[in-house]
Amino acid sequence: MAKFGTLERREAVKRLLDKPGELLIVTGLGSPGYDAFAAGDHDGSFYLWGAMGGAAMMGLGLALAQPKQPVLVLTGDGEQLMGLGGLATIAIKQPKNLSVVVLDNGHYGETGMQLSHSGLGVDLHRMAEAAGFPAVREIARLDEIDTYRADIRAISGGPRYATIRIAPGNPARALPNRDGVFLKNRVRGHLGLPVT
Amino acid sequence: MDATVDTPTENWPDAIYRVLKDADVRQACYVPDAGHTRLINRLIADPDVETNVLTTEEEGIPIAAGAWLGGQRTVLLMQSSGVGNTINMLSLMATCRFPFLTIVTMRGEWAEFNPWQVPMGAATERSLEMMGVRCMRVENPADVEETVSAAAALAYEADQQIAVILSQRMLGRKKWVEK
Repeated sequence: MAKFGTLERREAVKRLLDKPGELLIVTGLGSPGYDAFAAGDHDGSFYLWGAMGGAAMMGLGLALAQPKQPVLVLTGDGEQLMGLGGLATIAIKQPKNLSVVVLDNGHYGETGMQLSHSGLGVDLHRMAEAAGFPAVREIARLDEIDTYRADIRAISGGPRYATIRIAPGNPARALPNRDGVFLKNRVRGHLGLPVT
Repeated sequence: MDATVDTPTENWPDAIYRVLKDADVRQACYVPDAGHTRLINRLIADPDVETNVLTTEEEGIPIAAGAWLGGQRTVLLMQSSGVGNTINMLSLMATCRFPFLTIVTMRGEWAEFNPWQVPMGAATERSLEMMGVRCMRVENPADVEETVSAAAALAYEADQQIAVILSQRMLGRKKWVEK
């Protein structure tokens, strides 16, 4: 039986990303990017506008390249469903500084709110657990986000996986920059890397 | 294998490894492939290279993008059939102008025994080119080192998306039945 969350997504993400500090953030396409942008733009944030299914893998490459920085992938259930094999790829690599957080409303919000596999009963966090993520959470209350905020800022204990049960529904769009070259160079500049 | 028959031209995987090291490649992604076996094993054995075995070649594209965001160079090793699994994800590299180097071993084009390899083999280079990836084909083992070196410079220094295509004729016939 599918479970739909009650958390308001913007409030949930605002709490999770409060004072990002050292956090490097990759967001999956669609609403998670809008949520992260609405919570506060940040030079360490990279917003995907395509590449569906690739957010967690981009986080993996970044986490391996920057093992001293905490890396957060913030994506949706539909986006993660398109990259399920990537959960196995992360699990065997065990990057301690990577967290994959899925804002799960059980629907494809960007395309007309069709039910996703999650909405039809697939538990993504249990798939992550079965793959071998050592730290897996299912979060349904705001006070749990307040404590999880510290967890995703650690560079040990990962890879982490969390499902955050948000309510179905699309808040007003808050659109981050969609120039990929700009976003790429911004993150590299933020890390003190050459920008060519 | 008798080491005495190991002529320089038979050591092209070692030449690729050397070029990748000279280019400071720090991450390598692969889907297991017979033609890449020696190179994969050398990369796995190298403590300065993070390797990821992938469930599908598509995963290697955003990993390369993320690694570059974090300041590291990546190579993706795959077979021609795997190119078909990467197509939409290559949008990420073109749109963001991420450096991208892949080394593709060909199937389906020379003394192929498996008809299932032929359609994707025939479409490999055109598919990559349609997605903005330039192909540099190698037919002769003696050309491997120079070609991979030029490809690495184009990718990592000029922010291009480059595929080195290793021809099936050069790789040799796959042993299907042990005799």
